[in-house]
Amino acid sequence: MSGGRGADGAGEALRIEDLRKSFGDLEVLGGVSLSVRRGEVVVVIGASGSGKSTMLRCVNFMEIPTSGKIFLGGALVGRERGGGIEYREKELTRLRARVGMVFQHFNLFPHMTVLQNVMEGPKTVLGCDGEECRRRGNLYLDRVGLAWKAESYPSQLSGGQQQRVAIARALAMEPEIMLFDEATSALDPELVGEVLETMKALAEDGMTMIIVTHELGFAYTVADRVLFLSGGRVLEEGTPSEVLTFPREEGTRNFLRGHGTFRLPEPRLD
Amino acid sequence: MGHNWDFSSVFASRALLLQGLENTLILGATCLALGLFFGLFVGAARFSGRAWLYFPATVFVEVFRNTPVLVQIMWFFFAFPIIVPFQVDAFTAAAIGLTLNTVAFSSEIYRAGLQSLARGQWEAGRALGMSYWQQMFRVILPQAARRMLPAFMNRAVELFKMTSLASVVAYGELMHQAKVVSTISFNPIEMYTSVALIFFAVLFPMTVFARRFETRGDPRGRS
Repeated sequence: MSGGRGADGAGEALRIEDLRKSFGDLEVLGGVSLSVRRGEVVVVIGASGSGKSTMLRCVNFMEIPTSGKIFLGGALVGRERGGGIEYREKELTRLRARVGMVFQHFNLFPHMTVLQNVMEGPKTVLGCDGEECRRRGNLYLDRVGLAWKAESYPSQLSGGQQQRVAIARALAMEPEIMLFDEATSALDPELVGEVLETMKALAEDGMTMIIVTHELGFAYTVADRVLFLSGGRVLEEGTPSEVLTFPREEGTRNFLRGHGTFRLPEPRLD
Repeated sequence: MGHNWDFSSVFASRALLLQGLENTLILGATCLALGLFFGLFVGAARFSGRAWLYFPATVFVEVFRNTPVLVQIMWFFFAFPIIVPFQVDAFTAAAIGLTLNTVAFSSEIYRAGLQSLARGQWEAGRALGMSYWQQMFRVILPQAARRMLPAFMNRAVELFKMTSLASVVAYGELMHQAKVVSTISFNPIEMYTSVALIFFAVLFPMTVFARRFETRGDPRGRS
């Protein structure tokens, strides 16, 4: 499973230059820059309101950046015009098909079966024929270990299973990069593990991923790089051990201190 | 009391009443089809954030929601012909009034149905690379339609009852036929009783049918 990562990681999957986003007078992102190599896993952490979700949502243009540039696969999204960037909805729609997104609340389509959910993107957006769609749907359902639930409806699944279906739905588009927006935050604690396992397997398969999460242990294990966002800026950036165990910035330290206030002793599982 | 109930005169004029029932159904069905069709556009305009769509649609809806249907029918029969260069017969006047009323009310059902869906449903479609209309037809409308169905059923029942108002402009629907016959055969008591029963016989099954949708709900309702 592993091994592919880094070897073909020479190419750049995504580059963000001086990304800014304001909602009215409120500046949420104040100039974020980031470059993500192919196959790299970048985990973004930070307090709520620090702009992590907004940053992620700008990458697939669910939010239109106020300014700044985004390059996907080496090409600038939008056209430069008069100092700014002009975006056309048609182009953004095509771009979104190349970027997978997983939401906090899954957002599965409740009127479709699990398999139909996974097939929907390829069918409607890529226009593949019935057999090919079905094959793809089953393939990616199998990837998340839920082929046996193909004919169920989302409401018959646990939260963890629903989120794995949502991951399969995004994967079925065979995206160049996957975005995870607090994918485990809405789950009961005992269901978090299966979703993180699925994400970890994806990372080991060489998928390029940007993950916004509060699961610091997961970040430590899976990330190639960790970004700490504060007040809409990258306050600290580095390997998991640099940022999470030897943080330089006071802001990062405070954030991590908050997370470590109550800690269990090592559980005894023998 | 002292009244001697005698339905034989009603039965004797059954041909006229059947004709009336047929006209009632024609008027109701026409207004329902047109009302639901145009209601979708008015509802979509009200749903959209664009002022040039939202504002006129809202004025239209409020005007028709806040004036009596009876007045609307009368207006289209008596006043409307003065400002348009063509004749308006009783059917047309009643049909315009009832249709516009149905448009106004059904547009609100559409709008509420569209708004009842969580934003995340639109976003999920959008994130997959769907266009606005793909999101609408693949994701939103199939779910919204299920929620809107009971409301539309109720609307249809209301509409068929309102067709009786067309009698004021002498359109030959059930109520008008009954009025005409009863003045000749002097049996208003039996005649209006019969009209009520006929309406009930047609509409009650519809209400029962509509209720089935309400109580059964959506087996996969969670979004």
